[in-house]
Amino acid sequence: MIKERVSTSPDERGYYGKFGGAFIPEMLYPNVEELRRRYLEIMHEAAFQMEYRDLLRDYVGRPSPLYLAGRLSAKYNTRIYLKREDLNHTGAHKINNTIGQILLAQRLGKRRIIAETGAGQHGVATATVCALKGIECIVYMGEKDIERQAPNVARMKMLGAKVVPATSGSKTLKDATNEAIRDWINNPVDTHYIIGSVVGPHPYPDLVARFQSVISEETRAQLKEKTGSELPTHVIACVGGGSNAAGAFYHFLEEGEVELIAVEAAGHGIHSGMSAATTQLGKPGILHGSRSYVMQTEDGQVVEPHSISAGLDYPGIGPLHAYLFDSGRATFLSATDDEAVAAAFELTRLEGIIPALESAHAVAALDQLQLNEQDTVVLCLSGRGDKDMATYMRVMEGGNI
Amino acid sequence: MSRITELFKRKSSKVLNVYCTAGFPRLDSTLEVMKALQDNGADLIELGMPYSDPLADGPVIQASSTVALSNGMTLATLFGQLARMRESIGVPVLLMGYMNPVLQYGFERFCADAAAAGVDGLILPDLPIYEFETEYGPVMRKCGLDFVFLVTPETSPERIRQVDGLSSGFLYAVSSSSTTGKDKDMGEQEAYFARLQQMQLKNPVLVGFGIRDRGTFEAACRHANGAIIGTAYIRALEGGADVGAATKKFLSGILGPAEASGAAKKSAI
Ligand SMILES: Cc1ncc(COP(=O)(O)O)c(C=O)c1O
Repeated sequence: MIKERVSTSPDERGYYGKFGGAFIPEMLYPNVEELRRRYLEIMHEAAFQMEYRDLLRDYVGRPSPLYLAGRLSAKYNTRIYLKREDLNHTGAHKINNTIGQILLAQRLGKRRIIAETGAGQHGVATATVCALKGIECIVYMGEKDIERQAPNVARMKMLGAKVVPATSGSKTLKDATNEAIRDWINNPVDTHYIIGSVVGPHPYPDLVARFQSVISEETRAQLKEKTGSELPTHVIACVGGGSNAAGAFYHFLEEGEVELIAVEAAGHGIHSGMSAATTQLGKPGILHGSRSYVMQTEDGQVVEPHSISAGLDYPGIGPLHAYLFDSGRATFLSATDDEAVAAAFELTRLEGIIPALESAHAVAALDQLQLNEQDTVVLCLSGRGDKDMATYMRVMEGGNI
Repeated sequence: MSRITELFKRKSSKVLNVYCTAGFPRLDSTLEVMKALQDNGADLIELGMPYSDPLADGPVIQASSTVALSNGMTLATLFGQLARMRESIGVPVLLMGYMNPVLQYGFERFCADAAAAGVDGLILPDLPIYEFETEYGPVMRKCGLDFVFLVTPETSPERIRQVDGLSSGFLYAVSSSSTTGKDKDMGEQEAYFARLQQMQLKNPVLVGFGIRDRGTFEAACRHANGAIIGTAYIRALEGGADVGAATKKFLSGILGPAEASGAAKKSAI
């Protein structure tokens, strides 16, 4: 299932071109090094693969459908397939990664799981697999996000996780990540950190990309069946840290004729001071253990981004994406809060699918592309909109978003 | 010979290194704090460059960084403050911080400015060995700056040897696998310090993280050349305490009144 693909993988030190690496304090070294030494070997074990595949099929509900969105396609005069990650158990792509990592953690003999979460989707996906395996789960979440995302906080608690507020700094996702890393430093032996995107020190970006690569692996097979060709002309995905995009792009990275389109959150507008479009606003730097694009002040202090979608509200981007951006292999677009909300309503009315706000950014990017009837577009619908109903209700009531 | 190496030549036990955050408690208190530390018995000063996301630090030091940043501290401001440092500060000074702000400033420019200000060494906990060897170490060496690596109880003997070979000045032994400020039982840690001692390393060893009072300082000094205090001192400066009085009280609590005031007399001469 997880194929070896040389150019999609980083080098042995975790670099994609000049991005990546493992810029971590010595206190984290034993944990990260253990993972680096063992992740490929464990992931390639037949027993691991079997358990991972079985859970993806019977528990997550994979393969997720590749749905030809007829009315959406008609609007853009092209063929648009939605890769339905929203239909996964727990409602987003995040669980592809947490299933893989919990199996990895078990094989590493870990008895305690920690995670960070912004919107709560990754926290819920982590709490879910911990319940499944009967393993202790602690989720760090910014104090502000705990207030904003009450339903997901309740889900995590019901699943038996302990939700710990991150009260430092800006009290959002980046600070929750700091707190999770600190927890790991303080618990070097029995704890595994399930990071939620293709960020962090090597080997995390590669590890998470491999677990999410099931998205593009299935897409190829499904396209072949539906169109006769494994290759689309375009693949579109939203990018926070970049895990659903990494998974949607993975098996197309070496197919030069497939256009890869990553959509960042522009917030109130790229130059509004309230944005999360990291490749547009960031500079190369180091955040959470890897070298990538980072939104920061001139003095190298990390700034607080803004997006209406908590899952895209991150001042960094995975090193693979920094590399895809720099090399021009992927095209980076952005959608504002308003454009994303409009796209969410449009998709809902055209197809009867209420998307997550994150995924709605990818839908919004359709407006920026020149598409025609020869094109085959795959759009990664990374999650469903249940968690965003409070925002959508405010829009329907005519209030401010 | 670097100022740090010279210090350890002169004094090989009970060396006290105290951490303070540049720009904390006030933007312009950096030198005042350093002076107070020197006058009250600190042998070395580790000056923290505040960062928004200090992964290796605990909440107390992070909070001091947040204050320093909101006071307006930047690397440019800091080097301005340090320009005349050597008129009043004789003890070795290390800058401690994280890679991102340093890279934004420009690594070569950073090292050149640090050396020009009279800084003796650097501690950058998130700089890995390979990048140190291939990219950044040579720049530091060119500027005559020492570089100090960290080791923990989980660091393998081979790796300890490796970073001992790469470090100059001293080796920073983290006393427990914890971010700064966590209280752990010193007794648990002593076996680890003893192991380090038996390895006969090239560099002197200072024990950091978790030292907070005379007892923990002396326990650390039994098996190492000295210790580093951070969180406990930052706590002593919190809440608008007078820097001079708070530092004097704090360090006499660590060293005992005689040594602390003895140091004050020495430096007054
Ligand atoms: C539905 C959904 N899509 C996308 C994201 C963004 O993450 P990533 O960029 O890693 O796919 C999130 C994160 O919470 C999410 O919940």
